[in-house]
Amino acid sequence: MTDTGIGASVKRVEDARFLTGRGSYTDDLEQPNQTYAYILRSPHAHAAITKLDVSAAKAAPGVVAVFTGEDMQVGSIPCGWQVNSKDGEPMKEPEHPPLAKGKVRYVGDQIAVVIAESLAEAKAAAEAIEVDYDIQPAVVDMNKALAGGTLVHDDAPNNLCYDWEIGDAAEVDAAFANAHHISKIDIVNNRVVPNAMEPRAAVGAYDKASGEYTLYTTSQNPHVIRLLMGAFVLQIPEHKLRVVAPDVGGGFGSKIYHYAEEAIVTWAAPKVGRPVKWTAERTESFLTDAHGRDHITHAELALDENGKFLGLKVDTIANMGGYLSTFAPCVPTYLYATLLAGVYTTPLIHANVRAVFTNTTPVDAYRGAGRPEAAYLLERLVDRAAREMGIAQDEIRKRNFIPSDAFPYQTPVALQYDSGDYMATLEKAQGMADVAGFPARKAASEAKGKLRGLGYSTYVEACGIAPSAVVGSLGARAGLFESANVRVNPTGSVTVFTGSHSHGQGHETTFAQLVSDTLGLPLDQIEISHGDTNKVAFGMGTYGSRSLAVGGEALMKAMNKVIDKSKKIAAHVLEAAEADIEFKDGKFTVSGTDKEMAFGEVALTAYVPHNFPHETLEPGLEEQAFYDPMNFTYPGGCHIVEVEIDPDTGVTTIEKVSACDDVGRVINPMIVAGQTHGGLAQGIGQAMLEGCVYDDDGQLITGSYMDYTMPRADDLPSFDTDTAVTLCAHNSLGVKGVGETGAIGSPPAVINAIVDALSGLGVTDMTMPATPEKVWQAIQDAKMPMAAE
Amino acid sequence: MPTVSMTVNGQAVTGDIEARTLLVEYLRENLRLTGTHVGCDTSQCGACVVHVDGKSVKACTMLAAQAEGSDVLTIEGLADGDDLHPMQEAFRNNHGLQCGFCTPGMVMSAVDLLNHNKNPSEGEIREWLEGNICRCTGYHNIVKSIQEAATKM
Repeated sequence: MTDTGIGASVKRVEDARFLTGRGSYTDDLEQPNQTYAYILRSPHAHAAITKLDVSAAKAAPGVVAVFTGEDMQVGSIPCGWQVNSKDGEPMKEPEHPPLAKGKVRYVGDQIAVVIAESLAEAKAAAEAIEVDYDIQPAVVDMNKALAGGTLVHDDAPNNLCYDWEIGDAAEVDAAFANAHHISKIDIVNNRVVPNAMEPRAAVGAYDKASGEYTLYTTSQNPHVIRLLMGAFVLQIPEHKLRVVAPDVGGGFGSKIYHYAEEAIVTWAAPKVGRPVKWTAERTESFLTDAHGRDHITHAELALDENGKFLGLKVDTIANMGGYLSTFAPCVPTYLYATLLAGVYTTPLIHANVRAVFTNTTPVDAYRGAGRPEAAYLLERLVDRAAREMGIAQDEIRKRNFIPSDAFPYQTPVALQYDSGDYMATLEKAQGMADVAGFPARKAASEAKGKLRGLGYSTYVEACGIAPSAVVGSLGARAGLFESANVRVNPTGSVTVFTGSHSHGQGHETTFAQLVSDTLGLPLDQIEISHGDTNKVAFGMGTYGSRSLAVGGEALMKAMNKVIDKSKKIAAHVLEAAEADIEFKDGKFTVSGTDKEMAFGEVALTAYVPHNFPHETLEPGLEEQAFYDPMNFTYPGGCHIVEVEIDPDTGVTTIEKVSACDDVGRVINPMIVAGQTHGGLAQGIGQAMLEGCVYDDDGQLITGSYMDYTMPRADDLPSFDTDTAVTLCAHNSLGVKGVGETGAIGSPPAVINAIVDALSGLGVTDMTMPATPEKVWQAIQDAKMPMAAE
Repeated sequence: MPTVSMTVNGQAVTGDIEARTLLVEYLRENLRLTGTHVGCDTSQCGACVVHVDGKSVKACTMLAAQAEGSDVLTIEGLADGDDLHPMQEAFRNNHGLQCGFCTPGMVMSAVDLLNHNKNPSEGEIREWLEGNICRCTGYHNIVKSIQEAATKM
């Protein structure tokens, strides 16, 4: 291992600009002669627009233009994934216009855009727009939505998007008939707001001379936006549409999707003949960034007399919100139900998932996307089964783990796990958590009137998204490969163009480490370029912890092509057979001799090919590769959380978080730990603090940082994180992914710990977020069982 | 239009502004110092923290006119030429930042903490950062960064 190669905690390349205020985020960009857009949004969750008069706004000071849905006759915002119901019917896919046409379906839905010389003038003019609404009842509750009555979309009866299943219900029922014990649970996976710290922003520009449009946007995947917006919404050919996602301040899924504002500013730019800039206020982010989670589930687990799992039945309702966001349909199906085997050998599983429209913000993938919902359900249910059967929390898991020698392991819900060692991560986490010392700590807490609990979560997830053939067969309307281009410059430095996109993950460092390790170059000779469709050949972007497992593999493949070509050049110059050329430590050597060429010499020769045999050797040294993975990758691990609860106030303090994850080969341990910390914070946030609240009229009550509880520094402890690695079996680097593990593993560990702490009082359930009020109420109810009944 | 004059990162600046202009708008739009960020509209997130006359303030919650005659320090002015401030260096050493959006406010706030308290405990650091939200790091490495900076400042 070199100090800049694979396995080194290299300090991040990108930090220098971020730490000195020289980052370049979308809102930091200023185009010459730019205008400012303000979007008038619906204050109602469900209403027909009976009058929309923008004439006064058009005449207001500084206003350049005002557009409505009637002006903007463009395509519907598309959905990227089709899920079919179990009867074979395609999901309901209602029209989604960028600016509303006659009807609004959630608070925040776009009605009109005002473009002005300044943002203040645009906002002031928006107040002069006259809108009359015929307010209709809002559909907010998922169960009520499925009962029919008010429809969010007239073409979706009972507000049902799809009714999907996986597994054989009859076989599972038979397993339940033979069960020694059945544990049941009702779970709500609370709706959360991703809340990347950088609000979304978009700048549209049009160059009349070239006919080229440019969109600068806060995106995790600029090529995907170019495809969705260009091909489906605005019908702009790709060679005339450039999408740039510069520095992006966090995404967590929320910046994957194609949003209306991107289409609006791009469409409007040639109309007003000037660049158009829009930046969300935080309240707009709360209202319009796709939310996450929001499932209601009933599940039952059948066990034999030894606590072995015999079968699992799951019935889930998943909220889609008012429209289908880009990936929304696949989250509660192929990213959720396929993970319901978890780390266990449960032989028979059936899951039914109904996706439902409501008059709320669209819901889509948020850090973990489906896998946190699966892990939360399973780990809560396993915890409950252990308590009901009197088996220790670690013991019930050990009895059911897929053994480390059983890989590749085919689950009953489609996925084939390639590698893992769940016993190893469990045992290492137990050591980190000092589980052996827990009884003494619990006694010490009790001596001062406090309650103490320990909660486990042993999880697996599927990421490195994804084999195109597999996802294509499951309804994805895109391939999920990745591209990389390695340009070796004449003096031997390397520029990499990757289709992955960094919005905090540190690709400029990690990917440079791959190059340094493979080509033997110092970091200052390597540039990682991403985020611009005019520079990068193609890219599916960064989400689903796919950057290294897919983008990194594409980079390795391109570098191998560079090495192959370089060997040809070296063989020619050194007058040796190509097969005799070895590449090691940045040098090409004729094996068994002292004849060698440095990497830089080969590069220069490639661009100064004075005596190349041109019929067999092209000048130049630049290679492109596309990589489509063979399988998902399957990170897994064990998170153990210890809490202390003050029964007088319900305040829960997280005393210790121990997370041992198997993320595959670690390229940069410092960055891996950082990713884990961030995921843990979001998972703990969901478990203890965060939650969207809508009132019955569909108003988002938690629409600002005053109302929505973001985890702050004093809400969280320091974390104890480590890895216990098994290598991915189907990619060359052996990498699995770390972006989402923290958010997947931690919520059930937190809630199981709280339930454990309260179990002595007879409490068996706790919902997320476990606020002090809820915990206190659970304690009061337990103290007064008669009153609770 | 009123005129406002102040010192920003050691340079005297004067500008004609609308009276309602916030300090953060003046910095970002008039002076093009875009290192100071806007992450919310309720003075909660702290991405806009700068120093005014040596104290950390949220630049979204102060009119530019209120900074008349003041000495303003932004993230762009913290380093000494090419030499990072010890706090910036500590954030880099400890991976105290990921997407970088909250970072300028976080660093400016942390510098002010150490100006007040040379050797804060972990609890004091976490309490001080209550007004700065980070969604990436879980604060773990931010706390470590500040602890390291405390040994160097």
